[in-house]
Amino acid sequence: MIKKVISIVVLALIIVSCSSSDSDSPDAPSGTSDNFDRQAMLVYWADAIIMPVLDDVNSELEALVQAKDAFVSTPNQANLEGLRTAWLSAYKVWQYAEMFNVGKADEIGYYKQMNIYPTNIILIESNISNGSYDLGNSGNNAAVGFPALDYLLFGVATTDADIVAIYSTSVNASNYTTYLSDVVNKMKMLTETVVASWNSGYRADYVNRSGNSQTSAVNETVNDFVNYYERGLRSAKFGIPAGVFSNNPLPEKVEGYYSKVYSKELATEALAAVEAFFIGNAYNSTTTGPSLKAYLEYLNKSDISSSVLTQFGQAQNGIQVLNPNFNQQIQNDNSKMTLVYDALQIGVVLLKVDMLQAFQIQLDQGYVDNDGD
Amino acid sequence: MTAKLKTYFKSQTNAAPLAVFRMLFGIMMLYSIVRFWYHGWINTLYIEPKFHFSYYGFEWIQPLGIYTNLLFSVAGLSALFVAIGYKYRFAIVVFFLSFTYIELMDKTTYLNHYYFISVLSFVMIFLPANAFFSVDAYTRKIAFQSVPKWTIDSVKLLLAMVYFYAGLAKINSDWLFKAMPLKIWLPSKYDMPILGTHIMQEEWFHFAMSWSGMLYDLCIPFLLLYRKTRGFAFLLVVVFHVFTRVLFPIGMFPFIMIVSTLIFFDAGLHLKIIAILKRLLKAMGVFKPIEVTSHPMIPKFQRFSAAILTLFFAFQLLLPFRYVVYPGELFWTEEGYRFSWRVMLMEKMGYTTFKIVDKVSGEAFIVNNSDFLTVFQEKEMSTQPDFILEYAHFLGDHFAAQGHKNIQVFAESYVALNGRRSQPFIDKTVDLYQEQESFKPKTWILPFNDEIKGL
Repeated sequence: MIKKVISIVVLALIIVSCSSSDSDSPDAPSGTSDNFDRQAMLVYWADAIIMPVLDDVNSELEALVQAKDAFVSTPNQANLEGLRTAWLSAYKVWQYAEMFNVGKADEIGYYKQMNIYPTNIILIESNISNGSYDLGNSGNNAAVGFPALDYLLFGVATTDADIVAIYSTSVNASNYTTYLSDVVNKMKMLTETVVASWNSGYRADYVNRSGNSQTSAVNETVNDFVNYYERGLRSAKFGIPAGVFSNNPLPEKVEGYYSKVYSKELATEALAAVEAFFIGNAYNSTTTGPSLKAYLEYLNKSDISSSVLTQFGQAQNGIQVLNPNFNQQIQNDNSKMTLVYDALQIGVVLLKVDMLQAFQIQLDQGYVDNDGD
Repeated sequence: MTAKLKTYFKSQTNAAPLAVFRMLFGIMMLYSIVRFWYHGWINTLYIEPKFHFSYYGFEWIQPLGIYTNLLFSVAGLSALFVAIGYKYRFAIVVFFLSFTYIELMDKTTYLNHYYFISVLSFVMIFLPANAFFSVDAYTRKIAFQSVPKWTIDSVKLLLAMVYFYAGLAKINSDWLFKAMPLKIWLPSKYDMPILGTHIMQEEWFHFAMSWSGMLYDLCIPFLLLYRKTRGFAFLLVVVFHVFTRVLFPIGMFPFIMIVSTLIFFDAGLHLKIIAILKRLLKAMGVFKPIEVTSHPMIPKFQRFSAAILTLFFAFQLLLPFRYVVYPGELFWTEEGYRFSWRVMLMEKMGYTTFKIVDKVSGEAFIVNNSDFLTVFQEKEMSTQPDFILEYAHFLGDHFAAQGHKNIQVFAESYVALNGRRSQPFIDKTVDLYQEQESFKPKTWILPFNDEIKGL
């Protein structure tokens, strides 16, 4: 009897210790596939969406660096305009990249150095006048990236002539030029780092983590997507400036506050990016592939995916009637801003509750014990 | 009847099963505490959060800051003392108190099996588990070969109750006729070796698991009680718990249940285990034989102990049925859900936001939950009304202290249960700051627009 009991217990311990169950367990080997092939989805996400987007951000930033070099060497109205055009073009492409906070991007705090707004102009000005700073320090996150450029290119003075003068004839001109140059170069360097990691091994790692654990690539990407939708799109672009989280509207917190007229354009791109990822549109193309929508349909939950798309559509319609300058919109008629917020908010429930329940993707909570109650 | 009861309470049995149970329990508990510390959970669950969810009536129990570590050390040390049977009575009382205090600090971490540990350690206070093969026996220079039968039976009763009630709870239409929530959970284990992509995806398998899970829970106490089926039952216990351990992140629970069910075996098995341990101790040169008496070790205040445990079990048998006095769907409102051995029954996800309103000026804003709660706390809060109410009061008090006036707190909440679409959960027109926690039904929970039939 005792031998039997002991051998059963020993066998059980062996089975348990060999099986994966804790969060730190390695993922299942690649190559497994049921009818829905998550690895194919990861391959598609990597090859058709994430890497092309990052490549595009990188080439946009290359153009930005050139435009900046031209302006720095010859600060004049024409070069300022060229620089602004390159900035806007890159900023719009950036809206497609911000949600992919995985791998190197997560490790180096990529998005936090690219698009934290409102930008901190006191910090920027003190950096400029001191002439010494470490832009990579997280304390400077609100003094770098696209929002800092928004200030440097549109907000350092009231007229274009005065702005050009800041970089050419003012006492501190060389400090301003250096800072502008450093900010742009930093953005380019960060992007190169992220692109390089995808090209040198991270892609293989990414597509092979196709299991369902907290460290799998599907879980990571979906968590990032949902978080971006909630934080980056819903809160940062609409909720916070519209005063949803404060007693009063905070119109100075809109994206593109200093350039004034681009906040709607940027938000439109951001929502389009979210929708494209959900549907599985290849970057800059209407070709579709395996996606969250397809995954929901595979699980017989197409009612959820169609509700999500309806919500995206409602939000997009709500955005279309807004003033190109959200700051103005909030001051004139904030209710139209909160309408968009409300439409996006219903989307949060659909994505975070209905979709994540269908996928059984857990939020990262750092604690695993559960007996299901 | 009374005569029968009298003879029952006087009957004796071998003390070995209780001694082995005591050792295994102590070791498991010590390991659980160390594991909790090792994963850094003392910090992330009890020290770092700004706010803790309390059980109704136990708001005065809070984590002790940095001294929470000390509390865990006390629990771990007392578990070790229980294992070796040193100053057993004192050790088990300390263990019960420290472990239960830990569980009461924050109900976010409520798990049925933690509750089971508290209940079991309470029962063990009244049992002479140090009669045999213990340091206590060694220091008092006498070991008792037998103990009253009711002492071992009370552990068996508790185990049987846990299984049987878990089985009863599975008799509901979602579990049996929709195979929910296994139908959601099992396919998500597609990354399991071999089984993941095939059998886990099959609908018949989800139903087979639901039904066999229910039958297992209902039958296993009886299969363990009858001598002839006992070996087979133990094999089932091991297979079942190993399988659930492989599938779900349920921590220590399977191991605790597996070793606990050993108490159903006859003394022969336990005496052999003890004989092996004695040989080990001898080899290490720390074992000295002591006098063994065939007299039973009668617990101090035996009548009192038996009476307390009788009352306690009566209470335990009734408690899970308290839900019948609440209106509404139990799985939806969770009024009377906890402390009832309802295990793995629900897949519930939610999203709840709070709006702070100035009643006079009408100014309002929405709270960012992550300013106050951890991801884990927010997840648990979002689907449980008592959490939502407690958090609403915390927010109201917090913003009042910040100088906000005429505060109203409204919750907007959406919850999805067992694969149904999310639907509104809390009446968003009710000012929760004015609602008080009580055992009364919570009228501000919106109705569940569906029915789950069953116990």
